[in-house]
Amino acid sequence: MARKTIYENDIDVLVVGAGMGGTGAAYEARYWGRDKKIIIAEKANIDRSGAVAQGLYAINCYMGTRWGENNPEDHVRYARNDLMGMLREDLAFDMARHVDSAVHKFEEWGLPMMKNPETGHYQREGKWQIMIHGESYKPIVAEAAKKSADKVYNRICVTHLLMDDSRENRIAGAVGFNVRTGNYHVFKSKTVIVGAGGASHIFKPRSVGEGAGRVWYAPWSSGSAYGLIIEAGAKMTQMENRIVLARFKDGYGPVGAYFLHLKTYTQNGNGDEYETTWYENTKEMVGEYIDHIPTPTCLRNHAFISEVNAGRGPIHMVTMEAFQDPHLEEIGWENFLGMTVGQAVLWAATDVDPKYENPELTTSEPYVMGSHATGCGAWCSGPEDISPDEYFWGYNRMMTVEGLFGAGDAVGGTPHAFSSGSFTEGRLSAKAACKYIDDGKADGIVVSDKQIADFETTIFKPLETYKVGRNEITAGSVSPSYINPRQGLDRLQKLMDEYCGGFGVNYMTNDKLLNIGLKKLKKLEEDLEKIAAEDSHELLRAWELKHRHRTSECVMHHTLFRKETRWPGYYYRGDALKLDDENWHVLTVSHRDRNSGEYTLEKAPCYHLVGVDEE
Amino acid sequence: MPTFVYMTRCDGCGECVDICPSDIMHIDKTLRRAYNIEPNMCWECYSCVKACPHQAIDVRGYADFAPLGHSVRVIREEEKGTIAWKITFRDGRQKSFLSPITTKPWGSAIPELARLPEPGKDVRNSELLCYEPESIRMDDGDLQTLESNGLKLKEGVYY
Repeated sequence: MARKTIYENDIDVLVVGAGMGGTGAAYEARYWGRDKKIIIAEKANIDRSGAVAQGLYAINCYMGTRWGENNPEDHVRYARNDLMGMLREDLAFDMARHVDSAVHKFEEWGLPMMKNPETGHYQREGKWQIMIHGESYKPIVAEAAKKSADKVYNRICVTHLLMDDSRENRIAGAVGFNVRTGNYHVFKSKTVIVGAGGASHIFKPRSVGEGAGRVWYAPWSSGSAYGLIIEAGAKMTQMENRIVLARFKDGYGPVGAYFLHLKTYTQNGNGDEYETTWYENTKEMVGEYIDHIPTPTCLRNHAFISEVNAGRGPIHMVTMEAFQDPHLEEIGWENFLGMTVGQAVLWAATDVDPKYENPELTTSEPYVMGSHATGCGAWCSGPEDISPDEYFWGYNRMMTVEGLFGAGDAVGGTPHAFSSGSFTEGRLSAKAACKYIDDGKADGIVVSDKQIADFETTIFKPLETYKVGRNEITAGSVSPSYINPRQGLDRLQKLMDEYCGGFGVNYMTNDKLLNIGLKKLKKLEEDLEKIAAEDSHELLRAWELKHRHRTSECVMHHTLFRKETRWPGYYYRGDALKLDDENWHVLTVSHRDRNSGEYTLEKAPCYHLVGVDEE
Repeated sequence: MPTFVYMTRCDGCGECVDICPSDIMHIDKTLRRAYNIEPNMCWECYSCVKACPHQAIDVRGYADFAPLGHSVRVIREEEKGTIAWKITFRDGRQKSFLSPITTKPWGSAIPELARLPEPGKDVRNSELLCYEPESIRMDDGDLQTLESNGLKLKEGVYY
């Protein structure tokens, strides 16, 4: 079947990836851009795409200002504390002051919120989390996006962003292919809002074989948020700040409701509390940060990992007390069915009933993302009324490429946004993108035929490579001329694990390992030019892998640049095992030159807008 | 855990193919029925299981750590606005759960923003989003700023 080229021209706002961030962007864009052409390009189906595809049992970011529960600055303090001081406080404050308005709309649209029977307020799981029956969270939110967008293109894998040929560093749209038809798609657009996902599967997962898809973050979160924008030359921040999750073993079922609402707690294999055992050790590494309340998540991980290394594993979650209460037991199970069904399947398969047995926990492989409890992503402009000069260049959430905006995992320095915060970031981006267009900033964009033709050749090359190389061998997957996407992914995961601090090396790395890792990544990049795809599905995997590779390269550079161990429990720099506030109380910013592929890294100031003493 | 499809129930309608976030539910060209082409990229998200009109798709725990002999079955009903689960343990014990999935007739309460009065220039140049500020605190209060909350920009920490 001959391949067609399908053009969508004169787009005003192109949303690439419609998870929570992208749907928020498409929804809001219609309010500010009545006559604007709003298009969504999504690699799956927006009814069940992104990290919330499966549903959620809690909204982890809700202030509750209407009931006097929290203010935005309280949330900034909380997120800053959890990330050991490192975040963009302007972006965090801005998200927090808007986020409740999104949640109130979700309720209006039909999302079932649990209510506290005494107060009538949303049922709190913790200080920031509210409990929902969120099995249909994503389809409900997708409905809102569909009502705003002119057209939704499902099953389009966006591979590259288009650049303006008339002016340096200005966005002009995106290109990709349809994973079902194999057609080439060209989206010419005045602005692009990247709502694509963070990265699972760049570090070797603990799961093996058939179970390799059982990762904490969705396996379809392919780092495309980063792969797309790094290639376009956007500056990145805090890419070293990967996250490791302490979760129920093998199923990675969430622990938030268990800790916060069910009041379960952890103990070591002997049935003893262990976190205080590591207090002095941790204080030696990070100083007074260990005395912060609540204890930063990475430091609790550090105690977990250290305790297991000391031979006193496994770590258990003590559920047997809470589960005697039938109401809490029901919440415990529904929590999994609402967002991690696999954990329920696993306990059914292994006859684990947490009422009679305390389940095991484990620490996961690392993930690179910017919407959950960590802040990897693009270096973006903040809002005009809050941001200091270094953080502001005209349009809220615009990256350092003109006309390129982000939401969710794509935006760096905004940890603890979660689902509602990502949606909110999408809304903020959409308003700013409309303003950018109305200000005439997108006038005169030129996209040459050559740029479009070159991308077509690049995108479909893996199919050609397969067709040619396949004839060289009799059968099977072993070729001297090409590798397939799975083989490439295995290589990436192994080297990231061994050289960049994965679970296989107890999250340890150093400058020597990282420099070797960078060399191996370069070789892998050369081989990715010879990646082969048998069909459109494999072509999707090939491009996901390329995005994961670019993400990994950036992570490796950032990890090498930050010569300290800022987040023990997430990773360790063996050659700089202490937190170093004197030299590294800064945000890291990288830039990859679009032509040479060379990275430059710099320190950017970490402004504190919110004091510790104002509470 | 990875999905599989019962031969006698699947009629090849393709609902699972349409919804799978991982693009791994495909139709077998010979059998004309759906199957999971890449179990090691399955997140056991149950999107396909819920979407199947014939309950033809089920899940069997990952072979590398889950023993056989269990099941987690689900029926999601948009018209009723509920989802029902039945968990069967390997040893035969069962647990059932029922939850709401929406409080409104499906899709009916979601507005078309194009129909709202068009925002004026002042609002466009402000920090407000659609339905704000009233939707933030459900009162007349304005959007919070550094000034309104008594905050001052601290010096950038830049060693």
